[in-house]
Amino acid sequence: MSDYLPILVFALLAAALPLATILIARALQSRKPNPAKLEPYECGIEATTFALDTRFSVRYFLIAVLFVVFDVETIFLFPWAVMFNRLGLFGLIEMLIFLTILVIGYFYVWKRKALDWA
Amino acid sequence: MTGAQAVPGALLTGAAGWLFVIFAVLALGMAIAVVVARNPIHSALFLLSSFLLVACIFILQQAEFVGAVQILVYAGGIMVLFLFVIMLVHQRGVRERLTFQHQWDVALLFVLAFLLPFLYVLWTERFPDLPQNLDAFRTVRGKIAGNTQAVAWVLYRDYLLPFEVASVFLLVAMIGAVVLGKRSAEKVD
Repeated sequence: MSDYLPILVFALLAAALPLATILIARALQSRKPNPAKLEPYECGIEATTFALDTRFSVRYFLIAVLFVVFDVETIFLFPWAVMFNRLGLFGLIEMLIFLTILVIGYFYVWKRKALDWA
Repeated sequence: MTGAQAVPGALLTGAAGWLFVIFAVLALGMAIAVVVARNPIHSALFLLSSFLLVACIFILQQAEFVGAVQILVYAGGIMVLFLFVIMLVHQRGVRERLTFQHQWDVALLFVLAFLLPFLYVLWTERFPDLPQNLDAFRTVRGKIAGNTQAVAWVLYRDYLLPFEVASVFLLVAMIGAVVLGKRSAEKVD
């Protein structure tokens, strides 16, 4: 368990750094609010619509689902890789079957042009 | 870690116990914030922190693999799906209204239903013999290896068929997404 101590220290440091910058900036800054300061910086025009008023293409959702599928696939690959030496040829063959089934799906996605954006 | 510990969760004594308390309280606080937050995007961020804190608890319990899965699949994958629902459904009007807070009564009922088994275990003190099971989830053939190794050893040998079936499930998800998403994308264009 103590192996994780460096990670904990690292996480605390990582959290403290941005917190410190924000707090120090807040302590040192001079605050003079001004409506002009809230406008878009130099380039660009005032936004006329709320960012989420536009509808998004369902293609984004397709990409997200495919990401989740392959995300889960990597989860299965990881323990297999860790134990590869002891699982041997048996492990290699079962992983090849697993991957073949998924590659079939990948080719289906590819052939249906689901990954094409244009 | 002494085996004479009678307290529940004998695994977590000393500093680990305090860490557990910190992570658990934070995770619960984040979970409450998910429900209470008015902005769905804030809810999503609180949910993300809750996932990460639960991952910390898994790692504290020496279930490193589950912790990694928690981060990779929940904080990575499931989070993406939540964000997509927010992105596709979330409109300007939703922001001002209280959208998710009118189901308190039903939610409370479900919480109580899920709480009962936990209370039963707490009440009857039917805890697994933790000091003896301490290494049960990191042992491969009687030797202590690691949680990931132990999971692999069981998953790719004893549960070979479910593992292969999992790939069929993933295939179905992939094809289903394409069939649904591709058709409606064509309709829009």
